[in-house]
Amino acid sequence: MLPPVEVRALVTRLIREDWGRILSSLVSSTGDYGLAEDSLQDAVVSALEQWPRKGVPRHPDAWMITVARRKALDRIRRSQTALRKSSDLTLWLEQHRNDPEDRAMMIPDHRLEMIYTCCHPALEEKSRVALTLRALGGLTTAEIAGAFLDKTETMAARLTRAKKKLRAAGIAFKLPEPEDLHDRTDAVLRVIYLIFTEGHWSSDGQMSRTDLVNEAIRLGRILTGLLPDHAEAKGLLALMLLGDSRRLARKGDDGAFLPLEAQNRARWDRAKIREGGALVETALSMGPAGPYAIQAAISALHANAASFTATDWPQIVALYEVLAQRQPNPIVRINQAAALSYAKGPQAGLSLLDTLCVDDKLNGYQPYHACRADLLARLGRRQDAAASYRTAISLAVAPEDKAFLSNRLRALTAP
Amino acid sequence: MQYMLLIYGQEGTGPQPGTDEFGPFMQGYMDFTQKMKDAGKLVSGDALQPIATATTVAVRDGKSETLDGPFAETKEQLGGYYLLDCPDLDDALKCAAEIPTAKYGRVEVRPVVIWD
Repeated sequence: MLPPVEVRALVTRLIREDWGRILSSLVSSTGDYGLAEDSLQDAVVSALEQWPRKGVPRHPDAWMITVARRKALDRIRRSQTALRKSSDLTLWLEQHRNDPEDRAMMIPDHRLEMIYTCCHPALEEKSRVALTLRALGGLTTAEIAGAFLDKTETMAARLTRAKKKLRAAGIAFKLPEPEDLHDRTDAVLRVIYLIFTEGHWSSDGQMSRTDLVNEAIRLGRILTGLLPDHAEAKGLLALMLLGDSRRLARKGDDGAFLPLEAQNRARWDRAKIREGGALVETALSMGPAGPYAIQAAISALHANAASFTATDWPQIVALYEVLAQRQPNPIVRINQAAALSYAKGPQAGLSLLDTLCVDDKLNGYQPYHACRADLLARLGRRQDAAASYRTAISLAVAPEDKAFLSNRLRALTAP
Repeated sequence: MQYMLLIYGQEGTGPQPGTDEFGPFMQGYMDFTQKMKDAGKLVSGDALQPIATATTVAVRDGKSETLDGPFAETKEQLGGYYLLDCPDLDDALKCAAEIPTAKYGRVEVRPVVIWD
């Protein structure tokens, strides 16, 4: 017998670690996301009520599934809607009603189906992110809302809409057809990366946002485990680990963002760097490198450099070139210009930057002005640099960025 | 599940009657219809007359108002539809992508309500 407090802690841990696996298994057998989720919630309530009295079952996850199935059957019986008509489902649930609660059964892993369903392109992108965090991460609606700085009610409404669409539009709980697998996997990777960047670049430093980084890495690990032959899944996990290895070094004592050259490399997480580095190598050995693997390779070069000046800048410039070919995107070229300025001098970087802004498209883009300001300052063009810093500051959103740019401007204009 | 595939396009764009592309374009529609029929998915499907023929009706305060023209002035107009029986959304989306007008306009896929 365990006291209720300890039971609650155990149930919380079970939900945290096993929610995705248990829910996926239930959706797979009921074919209905909403019914599965509601029934699992019912089972959680039963656990909290019964386990303190009757003791914790030997296999809590199997118990949850069995009880949730019974709860699903109860819900179908009570409901007067379409669910009642799905007699196949009722029959299946009936047959499995008396599965022993405590049997050590293999829970088939349907998390991959779940990931593809949550990241279905028919859902709005933000809903894909929210649903993935809910269904696979086991985060509560309030936690997801907190992570996105949304109101809980707003996030609840979004999740309800998404679940309703899964059901009403007939989005099947299945793996994509082989011909769609590539695009659909890209969508999954994108959702996981969005979760990571949301946490990584969070401007308020809330704990829940840091949790998003851990959550994204956890999802990345699940995906690489489920898709061992997918190079970009490995590339993405590597990119996230390497980026996160600098978590403690990225902010100065004044809260300002610290660029690579100002970071204390002793504070980088070596274990994450080792793991990320090994993953990049594997990903690169698996064939032509995709965008995540290339970005991870760049990040690994930074991570393994003894100092900022000892960084292999020519190699980084070359990798940005490969990336820009694959993913034409201004931020890639801006980063390339910065790398080029360390490989061949600030004038070379500025020349590349000038070729980018031919049509004024980047005028409203903070990183462009920040990069330009730095290059101008290093060329001794202090007036021009100060003007670019002021533009960048006016465009910056995150307080860390504003603080960093203001520090730079002050250093430049100091007598 | 039944899905309504609503075919939208800008009138006057895409292959026009009398051009070399028009024949293969229409053949594409005939092939698609036959394919859906053979697969047991076709419930119905029709092309609509251009919006110049549209009349819109609304009843307000018990009075019927009749207006010349379509309900909404949009760049792309409803030009036809297919009602298909498909196993799931992915299949309906694949069918939608095979509709010849998808290359020039858009196809909106809407599940049909199942009344409990």
